[in-house]
Amino acid sequence: MLQAQPKPLVELMGVSQRYGRGERQFTAIQDINLTIAEGEFMALLGPSGCGKSTLLRIITGLNRPSEGLVRYRGKALEGVNPYATIVFQTFALFPWLTVEENVAVALKARGASEAEAHRRAVELIDLVGLDGFEQAYPRELSGGMRQKVGIARALAVDPELLCLDEPFSALDVLSAETLRGEVLELWTGGSLKIRAVLMVSHNIEEAVFMADRIVVMDKNPGRIVAEVPVNLPHPRDRKSDAFAALVARVYAVLAGQTQSEAIEYGTEPGQNGQTRLLPAASVTALAGLLEQANATDDERDPLAKLQDELGLDLDQMLPLIEAAELLGFARVESGNLILTPLGEAFAEASIQTRKEIFASRLRRLPFFRWMLRMIAAADNQSLRWEVLLTALEPEFPSEVAERQLDIALEWGRYAELFAYDDAEGRFFLETPAVTEK
Amino acid sequence: MFKPRTFTPAPPAQSILTRADVWLLLVLVGLLALVIGAAESAPETVQGPEIDLSLSALPFYSLRSVGRMALAYALSFLFTMIYGYIAAYNGRAERVLIPLLDVLQSVPILSFLPVVLLSLSTVLPETLAVELTAVVLIFTSQVWNMTFAWYQSLTTIPRELREASSIFRFSRWQRFTTLEFPFGALALVWNSMMSWAGGWFFLMAAEIFTLGDRDFRLPGLGAFLQTAANAGDLAAIGWGILTLVAVIVILDQFVWRPLLAWASQFRLEMIERDDEESQSWFYDLIRQSVVASWVSSLAGAIDRLIMRRLSRRPAPDPYLSVSIRRSWWEWVLVAVSVVLVGWGGWVGSNLLLSVPLAQWGEIGLSVGATMVRVATAMAIALLWTVPVGVFIGTRPRAAAILQPIVQIAASVPATALFPVLVLVFLALPGGLNLAAVVLMMLGTQWYVLFNVIAGAAAIPQDLRFTSDLLQLHGWERWRTLILPGLFPYLITGLITASGGAWNASIVAEYVVFNQQTYQTIGIGAQIAAATANGDFAGLFAATLAMIIVVVAINRLVWRRLYRLAETKYRME
Repeated sequence: MLQAQPKPLVELMGVSQRYGRGERQFTAIQDINLTIAEGEFMALLGPSGCGKSTLLRIITGLNRPSEGLVRYRGKALEGVNPYATIVFQTFALFPWLTVEENVAVALKARGASEAEAHRRAVELIDLVGLDGFEQAYPRELSGGMRQKVGIARALAVDPELLCLDEPFSALDVLSAETLRGEVLELWTGGSLKIRAVLMVSHNIEEAVFMADRIVVMDKNPGRIVAEVPVNLPHPRDRKSDAFAALVARVYAVLAGQTQSEAIEYGTEPGQNGQTRLLPAASVTALAGLLEQANATDDERDPLAKLQDELGLDLDQMLPLIEAAELLGFARVESGNLILTPLGEAFAEASIQTRKEIFASRLRRLPFFRWMLRMIAAADNQSLRWEVLLTALEPEFPSEVAERQLDIALEWGRYAELFAYDDAEGRFFLETPAVTEK
Repeated sequence: MFKPRTFTPAPPAQSILTRADVWLLLVLVGLLALVIGAAESAPETVQGPEIDLSLSALPFYSLRSVGRMALAYALSFLFTMIYGYIAAYNGRAERVLIPLLDVLQSVPILSFLPVVLLSLSTVLPETLAVELTAVVLIFTSQVWNMTFAWYQSLTTIPRELREASSIFRFSRWQRFTTLEFPFGALALVWNSMMSWAGGWFFLMAAEIFTLGDRDFRLPGLGAFLQTAANAGDLAAIGWGILTLVAVIVILDQFVWRPLLAWASQFRLEMIERDDEESQSWFYDLIRQSVVASWVSSLAGAIDRLIMRRLSRRPAPDPYLSVSIRRSWWEWVLVAVSVVLVGWGGWVGSNLLLSVPLAQWGEIGLSVGATMVRVATAMAIALLWTVPVGVFIGTRPRAAAILQPIVQIAASVPATALFPVLVLVFLALPGGLNLAAVVLMMLGTQWYVLFNVIAGAAAIPQDLRFTSDLLQLHGWERWRTLILPGLFPYLITGLITASGGAWNASIVAEYVVFNQQTYQTIGIGAQIAAATANGDFAGLFAATLAMIIVVVAINRLVWRRLYRLAETKYRME
């Protein structure tokens, strides 16, 4: 699709979305400039929380951005875009309507007569290969078949812009793969009116497999960090070197490079400078990652391969990588994970030694230094959950602060840095019984 | 193995009448005959305070009572739809309407009665005013939980379904018929059933009451029972209760079960499920009949007509789009409510100031006495419902037999039994004091029992097996498995039950029986006595005291326990 200058279908100019006001303001996405051209299949890729779904809702007009302009075919977009349609992650079918009614309801909303809606609905159900299931209810169908209904309904309105909001992530692996092929077939077949496809995804392989261009986003705040064109011809071979190279390239963008300690660590809550968010990684999963990386002979492990072996998705994998970097267990270089000697030691250590290593690393993190000092300074060296939460709240929106405390709680408990009484909602400094006289 | 697709023809030509239709016709004719027969059995004099105790009058009285209930329910439904809709979609209105609903819900309903009556009788002929008062009273006992349920379902519609409705450009009517109403239907039906049960409770009390030296009676089952008790006519009492149970069972089988079965198609969950709760033989019968297809094509025609008439303009989802502007009618509403609140405050504080200090002391004492009574009633209820509920809940076979019996027993409004209770207890040393506790318990124990049954049934099989393996028996088993498992359910049941018990105190602590007035110390007695004497200042003060105490107990005790139940004792 290397035309001279394809016409832009959607243009975003300086689009930002903020929630809340004043001190508590939280930026979901910041200053997005983006164009979707006619004839283009674009993928929006990023970790959860990067605002890619918000961006999709802004593009379709479901959300109005706090700042910036959305243009469709050169005209400013007002309200819901009548030429756009969405295939939803959770299908968003009406469970009380049959397959046919679910499709027909979209047609009737646009003024089709009963007979017309019926005729067209049956056609579309046929097109996605669900003939015979017209009178079935969604709950009788498998996930893959439900999503086919979602696709048929989306096509019913003859959209120009087809938006797919993580359409395959709620499906099992096999159904997802089949459906990807079928969507591509519909798109490349060219018999439909669709002028462009926008797919939100958190699956790198999926994006490389389907899209012409991948727009990579990152979080805090949600922003575009890279655009990667995919110039492979369809059908694409996942086994080919070019494919693997592209996957690695996108992975490298998402996982970033390990920075110097000062940047990685950030500052303590309450101090000037950026407080580093603890990645939402469970200790057990982190140990799993390190063990897996340690099990191979290679020093460098491609992240995509590790993720595959561990059977995780990107949203589970990225926090693990981040945690491994933050704790000094591993470095990331151009899409590869490299264990540090400490990481290797951790992977091979016994349960008790692992705890000690973990504890020694946590004590270095500004977040934990701050937390331990707060608890130590309190009466009886014990502090209520709410007190810490309140102290964090100027720094983060309250859900984020709560999530941070949850993570800190899990890590700290594992490392035996402190104890927590759930009934009272209190942190206690755990004094090691051996060293105490 | 699918056949090649062919055009789906119209549904196969049915014979004009299926067997189901014949049955349905018979059932309908039978019901119609019942209603007509009931109407014909009207006693000669239906005016005034005379209640005919002859058996032949019972069908007519039942009809009148059911009619009153139905009218009040229709009002409740309308109110629910409008109030819930506004509260769910107007953020500013929500902040006022929902707390207001919370307060209205904890107002002791029976103190409404004289106020409503007085305001109505100034503009309407007395018989009509009395009739309307009863309807309004029943309305106030039915409406709140329905409104909450509707509001809650509107606000919990999954975001993606909303977005789908917006992106596919549904009109407001389409949004209502394909999304909002189906989503809320099941909760509405459940709550309607509960409301209807609550309505019976107050209907019994609303059909006979005295205000000052005036005695109002409405022809109905409640009045019949009370008159029978006054006359000490045990046979009439028995027949009255039997009729009441019959009416309740008939309504359950022909109205509520079918509705529940119908609404269960609107479950959101994507799992196929076949539960007994949503089974109804009558619904199955209707569904197989031609009538069903008439009804559905009629509904379709109405839907098309409205679609054509109403604007097809896609409505922006009020929940997704945030408007900052305040429209003019909101300002009008704000102004009106400010005036009303100001005026109410002025009148109210004048009333309160006119209450002598001694009476305040009495009110304080009464609140304490009623609190003790409520606590006793709850304790006794717990004592029998926990073992019985656990027995039923953990034995599916026993449940199959006992559950329907318990349901019928629970459906008899305690107020219907009250005249009988008084008859018995007035002869005993405890007197009305004891009778009041028993009535509170009778009216509210079922909430606890049903929750215990549900809680016992919800204890995971795995945990039960583990306890068996660990050889936990007797008290140890109760302490580690059963009681913690029941806790959230117990709390839920007790919250509802204690609220009901406070309310019931108004009928329980003050009784007019055989032209004699019996009363004990209690806030309910204060309210009832103030009503009877036409002492509006006292009525207002006592009601206010009760509201404050009930709300305070809810906030300080129940809410905390509930949170504990939610966090610590949740089974997942």
